[in-house]
Amino acid sequence: MKQKLVMIGNGMAGVNTIEQLIKLNPNKYEITIFGAEPYPNYNRILLSSVLAGDVGMKDITINDWDWYENNQIRLLTGQRVIEIDTKKQTVKSNLGAIVHYDEMIIATGSSPFMLPVPGAEREGVIAFRDIKDCETMIQTSKKYKNAVVIGGGLLGLEAARGLLNLNMNVKVVHLHDYLMERQLDEVAGKMLRSELEAQGMEFLMKKQTEQIIGKSRVSAIRFTDGHTVETDLVVMAVGIKPNVELAKEAGIAVNRGIVVDDDMRTNVPNISAVGECAEHRGIAYGLVAPLWEQGAVLSKRLAGIETAPYEGSILSTKLKISGVDVFSVGDFNEKPGTKTIRVHDEWRGIYKKFMLRENQIVGAVLYGDTSDSSKILQLVKLGSQMTEQLHAQLTGVGASPTGSSLDLVKAMNDEEIICGCNGVSKGVICSAIQNNGLTTVGQIKDCTTASRSCGGCKPLVQQLLELTNGDTGSDLVIKEGICGCTDKTRDEIVEAIRTMHLTTIKETIHVLGWKSEGGCPKCRPALNYFLSMVHPEDYEDHRDSRVANERRHANIQKDGTFSVVPRMYGGVTTPQDLRKIADVAEQFNVPLVKVTGGQRLDLLGVKKEDLPKMWEALDMPSGYAYGKSLRTVKTCVGSTFCRFGTQDAMGMGIKMEKRFERLDTPAKVKMAVSGCPRNCAEATIKDFGVVAIDGGWELHVGGNGGLKVRITDVITRVKTEEEVLEWAGAFVQYYREHANWNERTSEWVGRVGLASIQEALATEEQRHVLNARLDVTLSKVKDPWKADLEKRDELEKRYESIKAQLVGEL
Amino acid sequence: MNGSTSNAVGIEICAGPFDELPENIGRLLVYENHQIALFRLGDNKIRAIANQCPHKQGPLVDGLVSGDFVFCPLHDWKIHMGNGVVQAPDVGCVHSYPAVVKDGNVFVSLPESL
Repeated sequence: MKQKLVMIGNGMAGVNTIEQLIKLNPNKYEITIFGAEPYPNYNRILLSSVLAGDVGMKDITINDWDWYENNQIRLLTGQRVIEIDTKKQTVKSNLGAIVHYDEMIIATGSSPFMLPVPGAEREGVIAFRDIKDCETMIQTSKKYKNAVVIGGGLLGLEAARGLLNLNMNVKVVHLHDYLMERQLDEVAGKMLRSELEAQGMEFLMKKQTEQIIGKSRVSAIRFTDGHTVETDLVVMAVGIKPNVELAKEAGIAVNRGIVVDDDMRTNVPNISAVGECAEHRGIAYGLVAPLWEQGAVLSKRLAGIETAPYEGSILSTKLKISGVDVFSVGDFNEKPGTKTIRVHDEWRGIYKKFMLRENQIVGAVLYGDTSDSSKILQLVKLGSQMTEQLHAQLTGVGASPTGSSLDLVKAMNDEEIICGCNGVSKGVICSAIQNNGLTTVGQIKDCTTASRSCGGCKPLVQQLLELTNGDTGSDLVIKEGICGCTDKTRDEIVEAIRTMHLTTIKETIHVLGWKSEGGCPKCRPALNYFLSMVHPEDYEDHRDSRVANERRHANIQKDGTFSVVPRMYGGVTTPQDLRKIADVAEQFNVPLVKVTGGQRLDLLGVKKEDLPKMWEALDMPSGYAYGKSLRTVKTCVGSTFCRFGTQDAMGMGIKMEKRFERLDTPAKVKMAVSGCPRNCAEATIKDFGVVAIDGGWELHVGGNGGLKVRITDVITRVKTEEEVLEWAGAFVQYYREHANWNERTSEWVGRVGLASIQEALATEEQRHVLNARLDVTLSKVKDPWKADLEKRDELEKRYESIKAQLVGEL
Repeated sequence: MNGSTSNAVGIEICAGPFDELPENIGRLLVYENHQIALFRLGDNKIRAIANQCPHKQGPLVDGLVSGDFVFCPLHDWKIHMGNGVVQAPDVGCVHSYPAVVKDGNVFVSLPESL
């Protein structure tokens, strides 16, 4: 028989716990939830967006009525629990319902703290906490003009911004001498104030409210310094207090919040607490991230799954006000024994501070540029050490491809090699720029070959251009086409293909006025890709426009021989397959067999004419080791054998490799799945990496372990394998539709910013639409080895040489 | 050639039917120790050049064809298939062979000195 689980409270923390619990163990409990608000669970942190008019109530609902019904959860809204009988294990509601529980969760949340000043009960004095408050603000703004927000913290400022959007005059009253003092340091707090003043907020700092004046409705506020301000609306956002009365009356231990241990248990058997009502190790949290972490521990324990204890959270904050980018994490205030790295650029309005304790990164504050926030959050959580490279990345000193490091190229000798692939020195590049009046990297490439091969030196070449052309450099930046054949950029070309419905390479080259009639090895493969990406259903692949590797479905080697790499999904093989590979290697006298970095076997030194015969003998799918396509999904052993593994990494990896194999992408794509945060599959340097965490998966994007090493950004965390595939598919398709040709995800994510990608993938609907388009393309792919073998009469033409016959003397 | 006593300036070899050549994709022609990259171009012309890029000996037969040019598959050197001249900024030349189509068959001339 199912046990009875009762939850008091229908907010984010509680319902998230239930949601995870159902996923972990769907049949263990019969669940009843009491909710005082007459709504299903909604995302309270998006209330400011409702106020701003960006979204409606429907958009911020997390679990709609159907969700409760589908999961057979009894939801009793509009009913308050008024009594808990811990002996009989029952709860009683204000409508008289009595429900028995085997396990109970108290998730009563918190209430806004209302200042106990005279007049606080007047009409027009509200908090900013729920839908009703939002509605009051919207109604008030239609009749009245002036608003005062008490409290210059996170919530107060978001409320103030919302009121500005409603065209009210907004004054923010704050006790402290700078804003958000709990989340920011003084420098960032003051920068924030000037920005918000520029947006139209007024600030009354170091003021304490004494009285709210008015008849039935508020008309003014008086402060302790005697100063008064007229107003029609007062929004109190001075803090929250955990809702503990019910627990207290039932005899459960309570301080500021309901006291819980590391397993989220209260002192009374079978009663747990989670979220803003709970106090753990002396802290009652008011931000969302800790609530998820608590819920993860609680749901596992209730599901009967072993879990690490909850040991507290590292706090991070982001303010949701457009035009303002602030972020903080961990311990960001100077203390004895800490070292500070500070970058303060008043001209750009950027401030970054990193706190180190014995070289470990323990906290940070960012203002103006928060693009690294997810990375920094990870670094602080992992307790990472500061390194030269990290320092350069985080502070932008030394590694930036733009202006700031011109000094670096300036200091180089003329003999120093800039382009390692083609051996071009600084001196050669600079004199070419001067002698020929070059103004673009493309021209330098055509003139000196620098940056022609891998492109890794492009930023340096760009800097040399700026250095040599001096101040005029920036004026001379001319739009650069995708190759020497055209001035058109990638976006212009794709747009033209879409709007003018161009269907072949020849047509595209003709219509867009290419300078060279036949194109080149840069633009032809790019056009071939763009056309198939835009018209996946009817574009026919143009094989002549593929580079040698893709045309022969094998990697060309320096001596003109090729290599053959069959698929080995997730790096998992069988004795039979290994035997087959060994037999084929012997049969064709393959000179070298090598284990690749992507966990499979490479047969090297194969003659071109042997390729089809080997494919036939192998009878295995092509591994696409030669293609701009999914290469491999590297995996660790995961929970199948490893004593640390928490998830089935191999199974996940094989599913991913099977879903995305054969897909054309702008550049090669590598993936990996690690079964625990030890990350043996090195997923954090892959284009798409998956790392198992407690109760789910952490999804990483934009990593690269090759030419330019880049650590991934965490794009999201999900719970199920289906969600991993959904996110991976959406990410890959979005990349396919937006990246430049030959641009790895690492460069692309760095260029467009993680936030823009997260935004494009934010909702389930967006992800489904992307996956649907991906499916169209995937429905057309075929194994290229099999496809070639099917065209027997073409094989000789494609792969074999001609033995010439002597005709006679001339 | 071996045993030749005439004043011949070279020999002519046959590469078989023109139709056996894929359009705009190279095909290797082998005669004794000659390795020749044969190209059937879009406008039904035929080109023959030595199958060795002067840069790093890349197999030109696997290069991408664009108009009268082929790009070496190893490092993208651009070579004119008519006269074998390497295009700027790189420099060099590969041997090009006269090639014709007669009665549907392809014939290539090799100079004696090779």
